[in-house]
Amino acid sequence: MRRMELEKNNTKSEIARHLLWGSVLFIAVGAGLYFAFSAVHYRWNWQGAWAYRQEFLRGLGMTLLASLAAMVLSVLCGVLFMLGRRAHLIPVRLFCAGIVEVVRGTPLLVQLLVGYYVVANLFGLDRLLVGIFVLAIFEGAYLSEIFRGAVESIGASQRESARAVGFSPLQTYQHVIFPQALRRALPGTTGQLVSLIKDSSLLSVIGIEEVVQKVRSMNSAAYTSLEGYLPLAVAYLLVTLPLSWWARRLEGRFAYET
Amino acid sequence: MRLEAHEVTKHFAHHAALDGANFSTAGDAGVVALLGPSGGGKSTLLRVLGCLLVPDSGDVLIDGEKLPHDETGALLARRRNGFVFQGYNLFPHLSALENVALPLRCVHGLTADAAEARGVELLARLGLQGQEKKRPAEMSGGQQQRAAIARALAPKPRLLLLDEPTSALDPVMTAEVLDVVRELAEGGQQIVLATHEVSFARRVADWVIFLAAGRVEESSAAVDFFESPDSTIAQQYLEGLSRYR
Repeated sequence: MRRMELEKNNTKSEIARHLLWGSVLFIAVGAGLYFAFSAVHYRWNWQGAWAYRQEFLRGLGMTLLASLAAMVLSVLCGVLFMLGRRAHLIPVRLFCAGIVEVVRGTPLLVQLLVGYYVVANLFGLDRLLVGIFVLAIFEGAYLSEIFRGAVESIGASQRESARAVGFSPLQTYQHVIFPQALRRALPGTTGQLVSLIKDSSLLSVIGIEEVVQKVRSMNSAAYTSLEGYLPLAVAYLLVTLPLSWWARRLEGRFAYET
Repeated sequence: MRLEAHEVTKHFAHHAALDGANFSTAGDAGVVALLGPSGGGKSTLLRVLGCLLVPDSGDVLIDGEKLPHDETGALLARRRNGFVFQGYNLFPHLSALENVALPLRCVHGLTADAAEARGVELLARLGLQGQEKKRPAEMSGGQQQRAAIARALAPKPRLLLLDEPTSALDPVMTAEVLDVVRELAEGGQQIVLATHEVSFARRVADWVIFLAAGRVEESSAAVDFFESPDSTIAQQYLEGLSRYR
């Protein structure tokens, strides 16, 4: 009982220490930035930027929508490519390995342009849909390698134990490999999904009015620059920080010693 | 039970783990011990007997019944057996109870309540009362192996196959695991045991199969084997093991 109280106090003082150091660092970095900006004598025009707030929010909405859809799809693509690279059939294995290498080795910009001018025109698809699919496949290629590393790190003795208790190959994946691989893949996956949100800014090249595109239009119309880009950076942080925080909580939930 | 093998071979790459193994046990052998030097083929034979491995050629019979050579048949046969390996048996992300209950639910079709009840009962029987919620990393090596035995016993297997279950344990834990195995044997559980614990094998085994270099050097009643092994290699093995004991 007393030990539990002691531990509670310990975690309390731990949190207090984190808060203290967090605010000290925040103030220090903020002051540094402030002096840096004041040293270059930048002339702020916040009024010009404020007039475009609704456009900004609309763009942010589009970024969120496209990112969220692409995230779900990219995880699916990642799992499929990973399974494909581990398949018994040689053509499936080669096909998936080929896609992963080509997609990772070429610029997203080119993929989006090819997707828009060739695939979208060919099948009469909506530009947003094509944009989301291209983004999902691009990030899925990276995710598949993160997943492959995690799955292959599950030792042979675990696979043998799974066979020994009578699991079918599907059950082995479901109950033994995936739950253990999930924890190992989480940190890398979070990083990749944060990248996805930022990469979605490239969707503007095929005419999708996401938030970076909105800021660019605003800057050219209102003669602003940092007044658009700084809120943009903050907006991205407001999305990516909760994602990282949520992923760390997930990691904690799946934590166990091996 | 009667175990028989006819010209069983199993290769891994260019290495012959089993190189034409032949033997036949007595019809009433309850505990069969696989003895022999490391790399001699004990583990491979145990896996073939338990249908974890399908031999390249040859046949294995249990009570006159041929073991299947196809993966589907082998899966069904595996589900009637229980396995315990040297170590790292348990699923580290699951509690002791869930390690036992999950296969009962998913493979053997028990309801969640029935599986849990069976798990609690078996863990208690193996002296793990109060440890149900612990993950493997929170238990000692001996407790882990007893939990692994509980999982193997849960579906009431025809054969319990043990592959050097105490090789990774210290002497105290070894004794606690071997006590469990002896009780099971005395309770009538049919067991195939690969081991280096010769004095234990002498106490519980009815039949001994001695393997070296992928071949069966000797297959005889345990009493006869320990009294006077026929082959020189088995004599040397027994002498070597008893030299410092």
